[in-house]
Amino acid sequence: MASIQQGSRLSTFAVLYRILARDILVAMRRQSDVAAVFFFFVIAASLFPLGSGADPKLLSSMAPSVLWVTALLSCMLSLSRLFASDFSDGTLEQMLISSQPLILVVLAKTFAHWILSGLPLVIIAPFIGLQFNLASESLQVLALSLFIGTLALSLIGSVGAALTLGLRGAGVLIAILVLPLYIPVLVFGAGAVTATTIGMSPQGALSLLGAILALSLVFAPLAASIALKIALE
Amino acid sequence: MSGLNMDTVKAKNGINWLKYASPKTFYPLAGRLIPWFSAGAFLLIAYGLYLGLLVAPTDFQQGEGYRIIFVHVPAAWFSMFLYLLMAGYAVLGLVLNAKLSYMMAKAIAPTGAMFTLAALVTGSFWGKPMWGAWWVWDARLTSELILLFLYIGYFSLQSAIDDTNRADKASAILAIVGAINVPIIYFSVKWWNTLHQGASVSLTKAPAMAAIMLQGMLVMALGFWLYSVAVIFARVRCEILERDNKAALLRQEI
Repeated sequence: MASIQQGSRLSTFAVLYRILARDILVAMRRQSDVAAVFFFFVIAASLFPLGSGADPKLLSSMAPSVLWVTALLSCMLSLSRLFASDFSDGTLEQMLISSQPLILVVLAKTFAHWILSGLPLVIIAPFIGLQFNLASESLQVLALSLFIGTLALSLIGSVGAALTLGLRGAGVLIAILVLPLYIPVLVFGAGAVTATTIGMSPQGALSLLGAILALSLVFAPLAASIALKIALE
Repeated sequence: MSGLNMDTVKAKNGINWLKYASPKTFYPLAGRLIPWFSAGAFLLIAYGLYLGLLVAPTDFQQGEGYRIIFVHVPAAWFSMFLYLLMAGYAVLGLVLNAKLSYMMAKAIAPTGAMFTLAALVTGSFWGKPMWGAWWVWDARLTSELILLFLYIGYFSLQSAIDDTNRADKASAILAIVGAINVPIIYFSVKWWNTLHQGASVSLTKAPAMAAIMLQGMLVMALGFWLYSVAVIFARVRCEILERDNKAALLRQEI
């Protein structure tokens, strides 16, 4: 008995790890998809100074919202792919009828999505921030807020991706469903950076961002897995 | 039809509420209740407008312009209340797998969105003379706008899915996820320190307005409630007819 219990306990982490590794491997076979999200972020963020003029003061006051909104949109762009390819080739159905809890599958896939579309933004955003004349302290807070925030974005987004799975026009629909839910993340994420640029402590906003992450970590995989079951019924 | 008579049900063993959870029995009941709710709504809204526009005194700071709150505040209450109610029916639908609950949730959404839009529009009418701007990015205005977006998301998802069963369940989940946002709307006044005046009505301290104003607002709110029930019931009846694949009710109707 003991060995079986231990075996199943081990397999929980093994499942998480294997799905994660598999999703990243599959994505690496089609690197252009991953790169497209990354370049979208870089290009879209670079458009703003071209539209507003290159006044350094204006740029640094715009930077938190510009970078955060752009990050939010690029995270959203890749959401429709979260479950779509596994859904169309039947892998998702196999995952659903496997003995592993669907929540684990969702959690692993969401985490893979974050590594592929959130983490690159966290790394590149400070460099874009330099172009927007942000001070080094603000750049650190920007990276930290994006680190916490994009995780929450991927989690919340997984619900939208599961709800719109296999629908006509899922791409636009997902934006309508998910963007309103992203607003609190945007408010506190950009708020933390703005607070730093005007010399206030970003701690309050960052804590609230962490609270949103904790809340979405509990509820989002649950909601997404129920939505997946409905979609595959 | 005699089995649907409320008196006979009462006489047996109180009221058998679950009886009306079935679309077939709910359909005629709703049909009989709608005229009563409509009439009540009409009378209460007329009385509320009379209290608000003619009886209530002029505000010494805001002049006559404040009178829009008799529509604005109840509309804002109902925009949020109806969202929570919709999410409540969504929960009921998912837990009990009751078709009627999904239909109720679907029927509530348009009325809720209408009140949200009404609150936003009347709010901007109030804001122009008081703040000097049609729109300010204040926490409560913004969260009311987000609420409208949530309603729009609910409609969009509902109409994008052809399969009724999946549409019901998927939009129910969306409603529940969105409902987590509604408390943030209400408490945003405390969280974000902004332009909007504090809540006008409070349960914990004495209201800062004349009793007659409060009375007018409550009468309006009650009127809006009856109106919502009437409209929602009418919409549920249409929905029941549309989904009634054997068209038994429709034949009766004709």
